Amino acid sequence: MDSYDTPESTPRHSASSKLKDYFIGATPLQKRLESVRKQTSFIPTPPRRKIPQCSQLQEDNDPQKVAFLLNKQWTLYSLTPLYKFSYTNLKEYSRLLSAFIAAEKQKGLAVEVGEDFNIKVTFSTLLGMKGTQRDPEAFLVQILSKSQLPSENREHKVLWTGWFCCIFGDSLLETVSEDFTCVPLFLANGAETNTAIVGTWFQKTFDCYFSPLAINAFNLSWMAAMWTACKMDQYMAATEFLWSVPCSPQSLDISYAIHPEDAKALWDSVHKTPGEVTQEEVDLFMDCLYSHFHRHFKIHLSATRLVRVSTSVASAHTDGKIKILCHKYLIGVLAYLTELAIFQID
Amino acid sequence: MSVLRPLDKQPGLNTATILLVGTEDALLQQLADSMLKEDCASELKVHLARSLPLPSNVNRPRIDLIVFVVNLHSKYSLRNVEESLRHVDATFFLGKVGFLATGAGRESHCSIHRNTVVRLAHTYRSPLLFCDLEVEGFRATVAQRLVRMLQICAGHVPGVSALNLLSLLRSSENPALEDL
Repeated sequence: MDSYDTPESTPRHSASSKLKDYFIGATPLQKRLESVRKQTSFIPTPPRRKIPQCSQLQEDNDPQKVAFLLNKQWTLYSLTPLYKFSYTNLKEYSRLLSAFIAAEKQKGLAVEVGEDFNIKVTFSTLLGMKGTQRDPEAFLVQILSKSQLPSENREHKVLWTGWFCCIFGDSLLETVSEDFTCVPLFLANGAETNTAIVGTWFQKTFDCYFSPLAINAFNLSWMAAMWTACKMDQYMAATEFLWSVPCSPQSLDISYAIHPEDAKALWDSVHKTPGEVTQEEVDLFMDCLYSHFHRHFKIHLSATRLVRVSTSVASAHTDGKIKILCHKYLIGVLAYLTELAIFQID
Repeated sequence: MSVLRPLDKQPGLNTATILLVGTEDALLQQLADSMLKEDCASELKVHLARSLPLPSNVNRPRIDLIVFVVNLHSKYSLRNVEESLRHVDATFFLGKVGFLATGAGRESHCSIHRNTVVRLAHTYRSPLLFCDLEVEGFRATVAQRLVRMLQICAGHVPGVSALNLLSLLRSSENPALEDL
C-alpha cells in the first residue's frame, strides 16, 4: 500500500497545487480547456474581490488633473484591443480625427443646426490612471470648438470627451500579442453623434470593435456592496437604490434611500473577511435590505430588477452609465468596470 | 405527509404526471401548454405549483417528474425553489427531479449568476436545462425534451429507467461542464 501511495501522491499533490495556482490567474478560456483536459467537473468557486483601496500609482496622479473626470456622467463601452496604436503618434491621430470629423459633418451625417465652429481634436495621455505598471497608459480624446470670433481670448469649449483606460487588465494583457494595445474600457461624455463618429474612426483605423457595456443587476449589487464597504471620511450623498418592477402597462419604479452611515453599519455587521468581499456577503447585504423592505411594505424586491445604485463613492445605472464622485476610489471603481469590459470582450 | 415521495401512490394506467414548481406563473402556464401539444403515446398530466409543500386535501396522481423553474432575472424565484426543495424526499433525486433556468438570454436583466444555479443542480445531483421560456421556439424544444424525460421517469420507455437516464446525462455533462 505504502509503495503505491508515495510515488502517486507526490505528483498528484503537485498537480493539484499547480492546478489551483493555474486557476487563480487563468482566463476563462484556459480554465475551460484545463477542465476538459483533466476530465474533472469544474464547479467554479464564487468570486472574491478586493475592496477598493488607494493604490500606489494613484498617489502619483494630481487630483487637479483628474478632477474633470469626476462628477460627470460617462457612458460605458467595452473595446477590443487596438492594432498598431502608438502613444508617440498622438498628434498625427488628432489631425486625422479632426479631418475625419470635418468630412463627416460636411457629409451631413451629423446634424448640428447652427453650429459652424471649427473643430479641434486633442489626444493626450492621462498619467497615473492604471492599476499596475503593466497596464497601458490611459489616454483622452477631446473635441473642442474653436470660436470664430476674433477676440483675444479664444475659449475652447469642450464639446465631447472620451477616454480609454485599462485598470488591472492582466487577464487580457496576457492573451494578446505585442502589436495590440489593450484599453478595454471606454468612457464617453457628450453628444451621441460625436461618440458614433469617433467610434467609427477608431474602428476603421485600429481594427477594433466597440460595444455598449450594460451592467446587470448582479453586478450592480456587487458594486453597491463594494462601494458601501469603502471607508469615507464624510458622506456626500445618501445610498440610494432604484428597482424596476415589470408590470403592464407601465413599469413601476421603486426607490429606496438609506442614510450612508446606516448602510455602512449594516455592511460592517455582515462583513467577515478583512479586505475582501465575497459572494455570500453581497447576498446577505442585499437580503437584509430586501427583508427590511418586505417587513414594511410587503413587497418582494428580490422579484424586481435592480436598475440603479448610487452611493457617495459613485453611482451606476444598468444602461451602462456611471458617475464617479470620489477621487480616492476612482481606480477601484474603474478596476471593476475594466473587469466587466474584459468579460464582455471574452 | 407534507413531503413528496416518489413511490407512495399507485401509478395510473398509461399516465405520466409532471409537476412544475416556480414563481413565474405565466411562463409555467406557457410551458405546460407547449408540453401538452406534444405527440405522446402516454397520457400526459401537467401540474403547476408556486411552491411546495402542496396542499394535502387534493387528490392527485403519482408524480413522476418534478421540474423546478428558476428565473435568472429574479432572486425571489431562486429562494422559493430552495425553500421548496426541502419538501421533497431524497429518493426523488434519483433521476426524477430536474432544474430549468430561464432568462439567460437577456444578460442585462440577470440578477443571479449562472453558476449559482449550476452549483444548486450539482448539489442535488440533478440535470439542469437552460431555456428562455419566453421564446416560442426554445420553449417548444425544451417541452419536447421534458416529455421524453417524463416518459422515461414514468417507466413508459422499455429498457431505460430514470436512474439510467440520470447517469447518462451526468457522464456526458461532466467533462464539458459550463463554467464562467
